[in-house]
Amino acid sequence: MRLQFILSEIGIGLRRNLSMAISVVLVTMVSMYLLGLGLLAQRQADTFKGYWYDRVQVTIFMCTKDSGEPACDKKAVTQEQKESIRVQLEQMKPLVKNVFYESEQQAFDRFQKQFRNSPLAGNVRVGDIPQNFRVQLSDPTKYEVIVSSFEGAPGVGAVQDQKKVLDKFFTGINYITIFSFVLAALMVLCAVLLMATTIRQAAFSRRRETGIMKLVGASNFTIRFPFMMETLLAALLGAGAATALLWATANYGFNRYLNKLILDQAFIGVSDVWAIAPWMAGGVVALAIGTSWVTLWRYLRV
Amino acid sequence: MIRFENVTKVYPRSSRPALSGVNLEVGRGEFVFVVGQSGSGKSTLLRLALREEQATQGSVLVAGHELGRLPHRKVPRLRREIGTVFQDFRLLPNKNVYQNVAFALQVLGRPGHVIRQVVPETLEMVGLGGKEKRLPHELSGGEQQRVAIARAFVNKPAILLADEPTGNLDPVTSLDIVRLLDRINRTGTTIVMATHDHDIVNQLRKRVVELKDGEIIRDENQGVYGASS
Repeated sequence: MRLQFILSEIGIGLRRNLSMAISVVLVTMVSMYLLGLGLLAQRQADTFKGYWYDRVQVTIFMCTKDSGEPACDKKAVTQEQKESIRVQLEQMKPLVKNVFYESEQQAFDRFQKQFRNSPLAGNVRVGDIPQNFRVQLSDPTKYEVIVSSFEGAPGVGAVQDQKKVLDKFFTGINYITIFSFVLAALMVLCAVLLMATTIRQAAFSRRRETGIMKLVGASNFTIRFPFMMETLLAALLGAGAATALLWATANYGFNRYLNKLILDQAFIGVSDVWAIAPWMAGGVVALAIGTSWVTLWRYLRV
Repeated sequence: MIRFENVTKVYPRSSRPALSGVNLEVGRGEFVFVVGQSGSGKSTLLRLALREEQATQGSVLVAGHELGRLPHRKVPRLRREIGTVFQDFRLLPNKNVYQNVAFALQVLGRPGHVIRQVVPETLEMVGLGGKEKRLPHELSGGEQQRVAIARAFVNKPAILLADEPTGNLDPVTSLDIVRLLDRINRTGTTIVMATHDHDIVNQLRKRVVELKDGEIIRDENQGVYGASS
């Protein structure tokens, strides 16, 4: 019985305060969209980097028999050649801090994960990406030492320096991230102030009802809960709308465009939106409940 | 049922106490008129009993609760045992008579079948049978006050506090209202009614407690409004 009563109070409240409720929805939507953009930008940076970027500085790819590299001469790397490369790397300590060996299967698995949104992913097979040594340096600026030591060595197909390729993207991404997060923070502040004002206004316009509820002995919960639920519902609607907008951005911007246009880099897609959506929803719930709790505590004394 | 022990109430930013050293005991089932001029402390007395304000000194006991020591979260429970009626009726303008009375039960989570039985009974008792669907602005002052009384009484509280309930009503209607309160009193409900309506007090000859400048100057059974000779 009480649930029905509370639900009807929430409905009445939303209807009476409809314009304010709609503003809360819209402001939450914009702030969550901007926050989501920032989060997606960060996920894009991580996707560009893949598994190895933060861990190593240089990659030494072995030859395969299908390798187009001239140094390979259409011959796959031999066990002895691999051993000699490994020993040579050992001897280069302390500059070489760590060496990780990646098999063809491991390289394939990591590729699939990083390029999950690319149309290429289905075309790659185990063996297309050669087995390799991933080298972590104690002084990352000295990568040239490794490159010059191993380029052209027997069994080595290519020596790749990760940073050169990707750094140009990261400046742009960092700007997008900072910009989005700053705007998002401002919008979240707007959302909080708007929620508080909406509750104050609603509490004032319903002071007769709440006055009588206090008089007849209604509990704090019965009096405050409808206000909190109205705020929460409006905020969740806003978060839902933001998720839909982010989905559209990811779907039409990435899955259907960039992922098909630029094939040699990994991009985010719709799945990343679903990954961040629960965090956004959780954040919105915490924000709405926290703001309404504090506002009601200050302005709706029982 | 209600006991004031040496109660003093001073409102902030006020030099004169609203109540000063008040000692008062109202037993179960009593009917008490609290009389006095404006500013004598009648409303303050009722507000203290309702725990809308707290005494500056002394202790207030209502229905077994010591109000000075009652934690804030238990105040709603106290208020369920007290019905209140005001001079300005305090009805919800967008709800009809039935809904106004039912509101008091819905808010406390009473089940639907209980509400559907108790509300019509209470409306009959206060003489509003047949007027369930009227809105407050479609009722006379007396009828609106009856709705307010029905709402105060529908939960069968042990105590009913009335703060100048006849203040906005004509003499004949006022008497009807107080007679209704008297009928409610006879069901066992303790009634404390603040008023400065001479005729009512003189006609009913109930216990009269007179306040002046925050102090009780008279407390007599079967009293009249002015000091008895």
